[in-house]
Amino acid sequence: MPELQTQPVFHAREVESSRPSRPCFDAPPAHRPARDTGEQTAEPARPKISVRNFTACFNDVPGIRNLTLDIFPRERLAIIGPASSGKTTFLRSLNRLNDLERAFTCSGQILLDGEDIYGPEIDVAALRRRVGMVYAVPVPLPWSIYENLVYGLKLAGVRDRQILDQRVETSLKEAVLWDEVKDRLKEPAHNLSGGQQQRLCLARVLMLDPEVLVLDEPCSGLDPISTGKIEDALLELKAKHTIVLVTNNTKQAARASDRTAFFLMGELVEVGPTADVFTRPRDRRTNSYLVGQFG
Amino acid sequence: MKLAPTAPLPPVPASERRNAARRIRLMPSPTVTERIVVALLWAMAAITIAVLVFIIGYILLHGLPHVTWSFLTESPRRMGREGGVLPMIVGTVLVTGLAVLIAAPIGVATAVYLTEYTAEGRLTAVIRFGADCLAGIPSIVFGLFGFVFFAITLGLGLSILSGALTLALMVLPTIIRTSEEAIRAVPYAYREASFGLGSTRWQTTLYVVLRSALPGISTGVVLSVGRSISETAAVMLTAGSALGLPDSLFDSSRTLALHFYYLAQENISEANAYATAAVLVMAILAINLFAYWLMRRFIARGGHHA
Repeated sequence: MPELQTQPVFHAREVESSRPSRPCFDAPPAHRPARDTGEQTAEPARPKISVRNFTACFNDVPGIRNLTLDIFPRERLAIIGPASSGKTTFLRSLNRLNDLERAFTCSGQILLDGEDIYGPEIDVAALRRRVGMVYAVPVPLPWSIYENLVYGLKLAGVRDRQILDQRVETSLKEAVLWDEVKDRLKEPAHNLSGGQQQRLCLARVLMLDPEVLVLDEPCSGLDPISTGKIEDALLELKAKHTIVLVTNNTKQAARASDRTAFFLMGELVEVGPTADVFTRPRDRRTNSYLVGQFG
Repeated sequence: MKLAPTAPLPPVPASERRNAARRIRLMPSPTVTERIVVALLWAMAAITIAVLVFIIGYILLHGLPHVTWSFLTESPRRMGREGGVLPMIVGTVLVTGLAVLIAAPIGVATAVYLTEYTAEGRLTAVIRFGADCLAGIPSIVFGLFGFVFFAITLGLGLSILSGALTLALMVLPTIIRTSEEAIRAVPYAYREASFGLGSTRWQTTLYVVLRSALPGISTGVVLSVGRSISETAAVMLTAGSALGLPDSLFDSSRTLALHFYYLAQENISEANAYATAAVLVMAILAINLFAYWLMRRFIARGGHHA
């Protein structure tokens, strides 16, 4: 993987000082995108991910239907929606993790930088390095913290100890975990607390410097402080990565995203700048969901 | 939840009530039951351990006095009435070691194929059913098969190699099933995490699945070693019962268990029979201890298994 590392990365301390004070729960996100990335405005930037009429089925039952959605470089897109609305299926389609299920079939296209990721030429392992995923439940592999972190890079063929060590440090700093674990990298990762494990999983994915970062309810089991740390990390990471965040917590979507997409029953109901979706949703169903009438 | 109003229960006759009271008094209270259960379970466990200790103790008591350095380092003389068991130790190590060396890779590979590389279906059912049937076949039948196929058809004769191949077939089901269980016990989430980090299926299998399943797999291998060491019928028909030190894998060699069988069965030497049994028992104990040590070391190093 030649395109890895070298680029200097920000440091955790700078994050702490430059971080805007956390908005209270219902305030619109503190960080607005510089330009509007709403779907109806003609967007000059090429989408990073372009989903075209994508349908995903399990045993011929569609989990998502005919989805069309653009995700732009360096934005944080939140996906909200009630249970079984296809959010997770969509995320797992982006890195082809659904392929592991034999019952999975799909049609339509998902283009990553214009290339169909379900095309015949695609190296799935390489794709999963480009589209890094953080799961709802942190799953540290039963090894040391260090081994967990370097695993992905070693699979990709990076052997140089110096590069590995340097990436470990930058990734842990990006995931706001460095200060807590820098002296205990040899300890089993299972010794970490739940919140630390989740940040470790984030750091483990960041080791690969993925272009797109997809997170499946990364904070569902975490306390508010750990949640805050992960959201801080995401805010900084969007400078380099495209972030897709599935969340059941609409407050989190409001806080930690630039655009929000609302899924319902496997369909995309609406997508737009987060503030617009939350304050004046175009669809009645979005409004019902946001005020808690279902889901 | 609201319950539907029910009709009042009919009055219980007095005799019925008395019976009920008597029944209840006959049942001990839960606390007492608990104590009885604990005592029973303890007694069962104690019986198991007592039998084990008795057998091992009896054999060691009768055998150990005859286990001398010369017994371990000399060849038998006069059919085993005198001399030692060195060729049998060598034969046992070769036959057992070779059998497990052959069976373990095949068994683990089969288990990996069944769990990681194929969907549950008719084929896996057939393979699994076949393995289970294989496990239930008496060892003398394996011996007969080994004799006919390896010794005669393939022309290997009565040899260490024939014996090892036969034993390999015999322990294969154990290795397959224990490996399969161990592999299945690895959380699916580990595989997902590994795939998500850009691994191929083989990399995930090797670095995540097999690495996590190793303690369980080695348990199966140790069980197979034990079974191979203690096997007599199958090796009698395939490895033969030569008394001398084998020169090559194509030589016949008598294993410790078989030697013990001959000494005891044909009333050659009771003292040497017990001594052989003692050596056999100690070898099995040593192997088990070594396996536990290995496993513990592995677990301590690799982080605990979730």
